Amino acid sequence: MKQHDETMLLATPFHSRIAKACEINQWDEWKGYTTPNAYTEVEQEYFAIRNSTGVFDLTPMMKYRIQGPDAENFLNRLVTRDIRKIKLGRVGYAVWCDEAGQVMDDGTIFHLGDNDYRLCAYTRVMDWLMWSAMGFDVSIVDETAEVAALAVQGPTSCSVLRSMGLEGIHNLKPFGLTDYPFGSGQLMVSRTGFTGDLGYELWVEPQNAEGLWDKLFSAGENLGIRPIGGAALEMARIEAGFLQAGVDFVPSEEAVRPGRSRSPFELGLDWLVSFDKPIFTGRKALRKEKELGSRYKFVYLDVEGNKPAEHSFILKGGKEIGTVTSAAWCPTAKSNIAFAQVESKYGKIGELLIAEIYYQRELQWTRVLANCRVIEGPIFNPPRRRQTPAPMF
Amino acid sequence: MTNVQSHYDVIIVGGGHNGLVCANYLAKSGRKVLILEANESLGGAATTREFADNYSISGCAHWLFQLSPKVASDLGLAKHGLKLAARNLNSIALAEDGNHITMKGDGVEGGGLSEKDQHAYQRFNYQMLKFSKLLAVAFERRAPKLLDNNLTDRMTLAKLGLGMKMLGKENMRDLLRLALINIYDVMEENFDNELLKAAICVDGVMGSYMGPRSPNTVFGYLYRRLGDVYGFKGPAVVEGGMGALGNALATSAMDRGVDIQTKARVGKINLSLDKVTGVTLTTGEDFHAKIVVSNADPKSTLEKLVGFKNLETGVVRRVSNIRMRGSAAKLHLALNGMPNFGGLTESQKGQRLLIAPSMNYIEQAFNSAKYGEYSIAPVLDISIPSVHDPSLAPAGAHVLSAIVQYAPHDLKGGWDSAREPFKNLVIERINQYAPGIKEQIVQSELLTPEDLEGEFNMTGGHWHHGEISLDQIMMMRPFPGASQYATSVSGLFLCGAGAHPGGGVMGLAGKNAAKEIIKWGKAA
Repeated sequence: MKQHDETMLLATPFHSRIAKACEINQWDEWKGYTTPNAYTEVEQEYFAIRNSTGVFDLTPMMKYRIQGPDAENFLNRLVTRDIRKIKLGRVGYAVWCDEAGQVMDDGTIFHLGDNDYRLCAYTRVMDWLMWSAMGFDVSIVDETAEVAALAVQGPTSCSVLRSMGLEGIHNLKPFGLTDYPFGSGQLMVSRTGFTGDLGYELWVEPQNAEGLWDKLFSAGENLGIRPIGGAALEMARIEAGFLQAGVDFVPSEEAVRPGRSRSPFELGLDWLVSFDKPIFTGRKALRKEKELGSRYKFVYLDVEGNKPAEHSFILKGGKEIGTVTSAAWCPTAKSNIAFAQVESKYGKIGELLIAEIYYQRELQWTRVLANCRVIEGPIFNPPRRRQTPAPMF
Repeated sequence: MTNVQSHYDVIIVGGGHNGLVCANYLAKSGRKVLILEANESLGGAATTREFADNYSISGCAHWLFQLSPKVASDLGLAKHGLKLAARNLNSIALAEDGNHITMKGDGVEGGGLSEKDQHAYQRFNYQMLKFSKLLAVAFERRAPKLLDNNLTDRMTLAKLGLGMKMLGKENMRDLLRLALINIYDVMEENFDNELLKAAICVDGVMGSYMGPRSPNTVFGYLYRRLGDVYGFKGPAVVEGGMGALGNALATSAMDRGVDIQTKARVGKINLSLDKVTGVTLTTGEDFHAKIVVSNADPKSTLEKLVGFKNLETGVVRRVSNIRMRGSAAKLHLALNGMPNFGGLTESQKGQRLLIAPSMNYIEQAFNSAKYGEYSIAPVLDISIPSVHDPSLAPAGAHVLSAIVQYAPHDLKGGWDSAREPFKNLVIERINQYAPGIKEQIVQSELLTPEDLEGEFNMTGGHWHHGEISLDQIMMMRPFPGASQYATSVSGLFLCGAGAHPGGGVMGLAGKNAAKEIIKWGKAA
């Protein structure tokens, strides 16, 4: 495989397989890697996630290995939640903030061993990790290129892994981790994902990547397995109510204009902030915010009609009170969902707001003022997502 | 020293001069204050050191030229034993041929100076003093924050703005033009005589990690000239060495009921989450207080005593980025007689003597430091205090103290094997101006920045606790977010040279900090 100095875009270790499967040649750039936006048809890929199994290459996700006597303490100072609650063999969602209490990024933390963690992130964060490590006895290694990863998501995903030979995988609890010997090394499986469905993420050494892909697809042949690109995943994650860094918030170090970043409270992530743990970066600012109130509130909206409220203004009594960050027509939930940020005094559950939607049909722009209702949470939330043992097909 | 208790209103970490000043003001306001000092003596860099039997010298700072008269009178330092053996001394730029230049007050003479240079000096001096006066406006109060809409801060800014306007168009233009450039260029603009240019340059680079061509050196010069605003027409010599100032400050503090414990090294500042609860000595002894004031430099305070782990990353980043590379060493000589500086009268030998023949000489001396080496031909600021104060040495004998630049803190290969050769080189250099001094030496010692760091607990051996430069003054000192003496840790304050206005034996950091602490107490 070509190194970064030999090519404009890197290929992931699955590339030989992906290139073959990507019939329509729709490629995107993701953190320096070439990744498919879609393989065949976005809707078909989306329905694979919801009705059978979709496979997504998430190798470009930034992966940092954090080890050493202070690894736990280091992470606890880095992120806003109490890391001590992510037990060994478990995975946790977390955000980290700058000193102003503004979210720099979100990610998942894998508790691999005693003082041994992997942090998966959207942004490149090495610089901040190194600054944060001053005074801590930890080693931080960017292992993005050393770990190949696939997300295997959908109702038949557990059956696929079972038929691939992963004994006992159905007993893995949500946010649990387990290991299997695979090829020349190890296969780590976590019951995690970005689709809100039953699903797993598979982590292997790059040299075993192609073998994993082949084994997975042959095991899933009769279970509706299908590779999916970024576009289908985007639909699924909106339906499931997951935030996307760079879309639903501007990572604070990337924000140029003052006031454009957001705090965890403003993103509806209050549950990720713990003031009962040792000092963490952003604590002082977040305490103050808690006392004085936030500027914005994050809301889920159920929008009338079927026009996605992309980039819409949100109005109340004719006044602009917020904007939409993500929106999609969600086929399974059969709802038109939007994520919006509104001024903090608005957005109570059940409140009626107006989305000012613009869309174009054959070069003509149309404006729709669609009613929308603030809803409690994501609309798609099937029981199988949480069931252990996981349902089989 | 005193019978100390375990609970206080305020604990001050370090009994340097600013810590002592701060303690005085806090005690005056009715607070119960404890000072914990790691060393045996008080005063910090204002200290006297018996480095040979019956030979004593000011161990770090050797001139007094910036002490705030307000602090001196508020604290009654004269009453508590502070005496000046000499004041308003001249600075003499030594020439190897004995044709020295003497800078006295606002005039300059000798060295075959042209009339043009003499006039230029007067004009230059007059203008610089105007600028320093303006600076002093901002130094006697806390540094203003720019964003918070605070009345006190707006007043300071308004005063500064008004002061600038009052300079008049020409001077204001010059200030804006000069503040950011380097002293070398300014000297080239004003003077012809190389020795004179170099002597003025010395004041721009003293104690800093800069050469004449480095930006910020004009500011460094203005900073040094603050002394003139405080009534010093040249440096003064403290009777009994600078330690006598430390003692006067300490006596005055104890008079006000401050408890002082020496040989008590604070190992840790204790926190409960983000609040200060007290300190623990390296011996394990605990003291409790809701307010801890650190006279230690900001890096020592936040990195070593609080611990980076207990601070948010943003603060850690800003503290680590404070520039504080010490590059001044200290030479002490015990002499069995008066050194024979060619061309100097007996009384001139007690003045401030400078060895820096040209601006390029200084720049070249600095070049070595840039690359981790000591200067082969260093810049020297020499004091022979025993001329004014015979108590420092046996009858007929003398002590000589010299600030030696440049000696980088992080010397390539380390100081252990370099200390002796460097000392001999410096002595050799002085010998060129004072032939025979080598034979008069009874004892000698050289304190490198590394030694000064160990002795006076200042990171990098930087006697200003952080470079005095435009990126590290006012609301940027010691670092953004801690500019008004309070830190991100509730109840932890800084009162040392690292805080606004900065280093030099002024006492203003301690005084200003006390004012903020008293206010904070009221708000709480």
